[in-house]
Amino acid sequence: MKQKDFDLEYRKYVIAGVAALIVFIYIIRLFMLQITSDDYKKSADSNAFLKKIEYPSRGAILDRKGKLLVYNQPSYDIMVVMNEMKDRLDTLDFCTALGITKEEFEKRMATIKDRNKNPGYSRFTEQLFMSQLSDKDFSVFQEKMYRFPGFYIQKRSVRQYTYDMGAHVLGDVAEVSPGDIEEDDYYQPGDYIGKLGIERSYEKELRGQKGIQILLRDAHGRIQGRYKNGALDQRAVPGKNLTLGIDADLQALGERLMEGKIGAIVAIEPATGEVLCMVSSPTYDPRQMVGRLRSKNHRALSQDVWKPLLNRAIMGQYPPGSTFKTTQGLTFMTEGIINSHTLYPCSHGFNFKGLHVGCHGHAAPLPLVPALSTSCNGYFCWGLYHMINTNVSKYGSVQNAMNTWRDYMVSMGFGYRLGIDLPGEKRGLIPNAMFYDKAYKGSWNGLTIISIAIGQGEVNATPLQIANLGATIANRGYYLVPHVVKNVQGQPLDTLYTRKHYTKASKEAYDYVVQGMRSSVLGGTCKELGKYDFNACGKTGTAQNRGHDHSVFMGFAPMENPKIAVAVYVENGGWGATYGVPIGGLIMEKYLKGKLSEASIAKAKSIQERRIAYGAGDR
Amino acid sequence: MAQAIGNRKEKGVIRSLDYWTIIIYIALLTFGWVSVCGASYSYGETDLFSLSTRSGMQIVWIGTSIVLGFVILMLDDRYLDMFAYIIFGIMLLLLFGTIFNPHSIKGSRSWLVLGPIRLQPAEFAKFATALALAKLMNTYGFTIAKWKDFALVLGVIFVPMLFIVLQRETGSALVYLSFFLMLYREGMPGSILFTGVAMVVYFVVGIRYADTMMVYTPTSVGKFAVLLMVQLFSAGLLYVYCNDRRDTIRMAMIGLGATLVALIFGLLIIPFDLNYVEMALCVVLIIYLLYRFLATRLRNYLWITAFAVGSLMFYNVADYALNHVLEPHQRVRINVLLGLEEDLKGAGYNVHQSEIAIGSGGLQGKGFLNGTQTKLKYVPEQDTDFIFCTVGEEEGFVGSAGVLLLFLALIWRLIHLAERQVHRFGRVYGYCVVSIFLFHVFINVGMVLGLTPVIGIPLPFFSYGGSSLWGFTLLLFIFLRIDAGRNLLRN
Repeated sequence: MKQKDFDLEYRKYVIAGVAALIVFIYIIRLFMLQITSDDYKKSADSNAFLKKIEYPSRGAILDRKGKLLVYNQPSYDIMVVMNEMKDRLDTLDFCTALGITKEEFEKRMATIKDRNKNPGYSRFTEQLFMSQLSDKDFSVFQEKMYRFPGFYIQKRSVRQYTYDMGAHVLGDVAEVSPGDIEEDDYYQPGDYIGKLGIERSYEKELRGQKGIQILLRDAHGRIQGRYKNGALDQRAVPGKNLTLGIDADLQALGERLMEGKIGAIVAIEPATGEVLCMVSSPTYDPRQMVGRLRSKNHRALSQDVWKPLLNRAIMGQYPPGSTFKTTQGLTFMTEGIINSHTLYPCSHGFNFKGLHVGCHGHAAPLPLVPALSTSCNGYFCWGLYHMINTNVSKYGSVQNAMNTWRDYMVSMGFGYRLGIDLPGEKRGLIPNAMFYDKAYKGSWNGLTIISIAIGQGEVNATPLQIANLGATIANRGYYLVPHVVKNVQGQPLDTLYTRKHYTKASKEAYDYVVQGMRSSVLGGTCKELGKYDFNACGKTGTAQNRGHDHSVFMGFAPMENPKIAVAVYVENGGWGATYGVPIGGLIMEKYLKGKLSEASIAKAKSIQERRIAYGAGDR
Repeated sequence: MAQAIGNRKEKGVIRSLDYWTIIIYIALLTFGWVSVCGASYSYGETDLFSLSTRSGMQIVWIGTSIVLGFVILMLDDRYLDMFAYIIFGIMLLLLFGTIFNPHSIKGSRSWLVLGPIRLQPAEFAKFATALALAKLMNTYGFTIAKWKDFALVLGVIFVPMLFIVLQRETGSALVYLSFFLMLYREGMPGSILFTGVAMVVYFVVGIRYADTMMVYTPTSVGKFAVLLMVQLFSAGLLYVYCNDRRDTIRMAMIGLGATLVALIFGLLIIPFDLNYVEMALCVVLIIYLLYRFLATRLRNYLWITAFAVGSLMFYNVADYALNHVLEPHQRVRINVLLGLEEDLKGAGYNVHQSEIAIGSGGLQGKGFLNGTQTKLKYVPEQDTDFIFCTVGEEEGFVGSAGVLLLFLALIWRLIHLAERQVHRFGRVYGYCVVSIFLFHVFINVGMVLGLTPVIGIPLPFFSYGGSSLWGFTLLLFIFLRIDAGRNLLRN
């Protein structure tokens, strides 16, 4: 009975080998699945983890006196869980409560269930039925909600503005673009981000920190609890409130005064660099840029020929005109080209070697103070001529002289971005020797470029830079980088805004320039400001350009311990005294006095009502 | 005197019991229980030992299984031989009766409900069939080469298989095919096993790549591969069974050479369907084999001719059946299995989710009770047929490869035990056990890994459930009992 087939015994190795081969193949497959790729890990995580995001409230924005400018208003989304709703809903009653038609209801339901349009659809989880319900609609719906099983409310918030002003400074928020998401992985589709103004430049402070709850979701989409009992969850951190240097009343006045005109007003507190008001005209109502209407309104504004979205206060680059003469006086005196007694002739302008720069009639020859007071073109042309052309012994070459001049201008805040805390600032233009070497192929001298002495020609500046010039003169020789945000809740201001920047001009030179600006108020081009009981200092400008002259004003007040420096730029407004001076005066009065006098109220009203007729040619 | 013999015998069982197998068995049971805990655990439940949970119930099944194993070891092994046919007969009656079982669970009638206990006779029929086969093949004068004996063996295998198919438990029925591995060890020609495997390969490759076209030519890759395989397999058989090296090389060279020339011509000069060339080559092959048969009168040539013709016929019939005979839902299952359809929500959902579960385990796994895929019920049947997912997710590559190696160790050990049997009875039974375990591991783990068809059979000692655990314990411990008695004298 004993049977052992030795010729078949080798087959045990075949069978053992087959078993080994199967296990070997399976282990390779396990290796491929578990070690070589982490796609499966990601799939498992996205299956199982529902990351529920807790949105922090965005920081509020207040003016310098604590008035609320921008805040969050709750809005309500209606969510639906299909599985709980099922056939138990009285559709007619529901539609009446929400004020929609039955067709709209059915269409909306179909969209929710369509996995192409709503890829995350599950019968067991909340789906968005209707978004951004107003308070009023919400309260109506809430009373009846108990009758609609399966419907829930999700609270969200939208930005609200107390006043219809300051759009350029405040900016707005909108849904993130794909580019934003790529740049910063904090954002997810559907999140909001600051797009313009301080909403953008202070985005990181305003947005706060999103909180996250990691929940476990089963195969049916039902929540089964918190992952690791919430050990990895994070609470949302609310955004920080911003207090602005802007004075809401001053801003409101400025915007009124600029109605119907194109241009900008910038006011700065010289001692701190805080921007007190920043008006750019034409402007728009920031409340237009909220919620679902934003994209439509934004498109309309961006197509407007008068470019209301452009913040001219920091993006408009204009010839500073005669306001620039102050910088020339400071430079010539510090460099020793002139002293307080130096007299320059002016026979209805600067006439030399066949070159003529016109001027209006006044007593001549004259020293610096009356030259500023009467805004004499001849005086500053002679000064520049002497600095560039006749001081070879001092500078060595015309080029060196030119670059020295350029250094003075840059030290006063021209030619480069000042670094204000708003996006999109332009740098203006201060030419240097290389610029002219290139433009004139090396053959140029002080006479060729003479118009820069009176703020014309190649020189360009933003209204902010002109206001900052006022602040440096008010401070007698330094400025702090202008900034609109005075304080970020719970953190110190960036040192960029607390450091003094000294100019190259001497204290003595400033004293004479201040005298010149004061005498301009007392008996010169700014004499309209003489009526105020605070000692204002000012300098007009009438900037020539292709169309009508631009009306410019730069000044500060009071003369001692100045509290406010102002720049006004009204495109095609004519003489500096026509718009610039009265607007600048009203801003000073409002800020220093807190209110306008009866006469000033009437004046403000008349300026507000005056329209400048801009033709198509001015564009 | 009789008592003295009895004592000696009992000591003999304990002394000659194979403890390696026992250790592996206990290890598998332990890992199995840990996996059932992981798979059936729900959030908020903390008591793994409560009888209201599956992990608690599994402890009951494990305990009773160990008692069952102990009882079997205490039996006199001669009874096994003696009662083999009777046990088999009772089992057949039970299986037959179950066909008419009025209780149907998930479309299957295989569960007998006796009060609170539900039993699956199919799980117990395996050991009964193995015993019957062992007894049959141990009879004096039995040889597998005799048609009559072979037919008897086929009968013992196919009758219970048929009954189980009629209970709508196709998966369990397919397990009986694994007995052919035992038959191979017992002398069944390897060519039969080879032919069987070849047919499966034709089917899988042929259907899987039927609609994939070779670049630049209108050639179906599936058909091309099958036709080429027919030639190469025939050449291989020629070498093994006719010992004709010159003929083999000549045929392989002609086949591959002509294919290569056709390939170059088709790719570079004029695109055409390369399968015409392959068909022609197959016809040439068949004619040549027939000629050799007539010239030499060696019957093996005729068999190889039959293999070639049969292969071609099988491929065409299978292709036709799939496209014209099968019901749509059956076709979908086959297509999903072969990777032709990405049906992640339907039939392919289980496999996709189980791949995710295993893949997310990484090297060391997520740790006991920390698997999210299995905890949150993404894998259906995760504590029964798809239990290996839990091992993969919670114990990682280290754990799952370890479990596979443990199964390999068990199978190798059982082969070793089977080979040391003095009697054919023990060896046949041992190889039956080897074949059944190998088939279960191959199909079950392969299905979870997305490599084999989704056939609902349990993973031994891991899948939750009393019937399967008792069934496998019976199967294994009967063999251990036979093995323990190998050295005792028999009359």
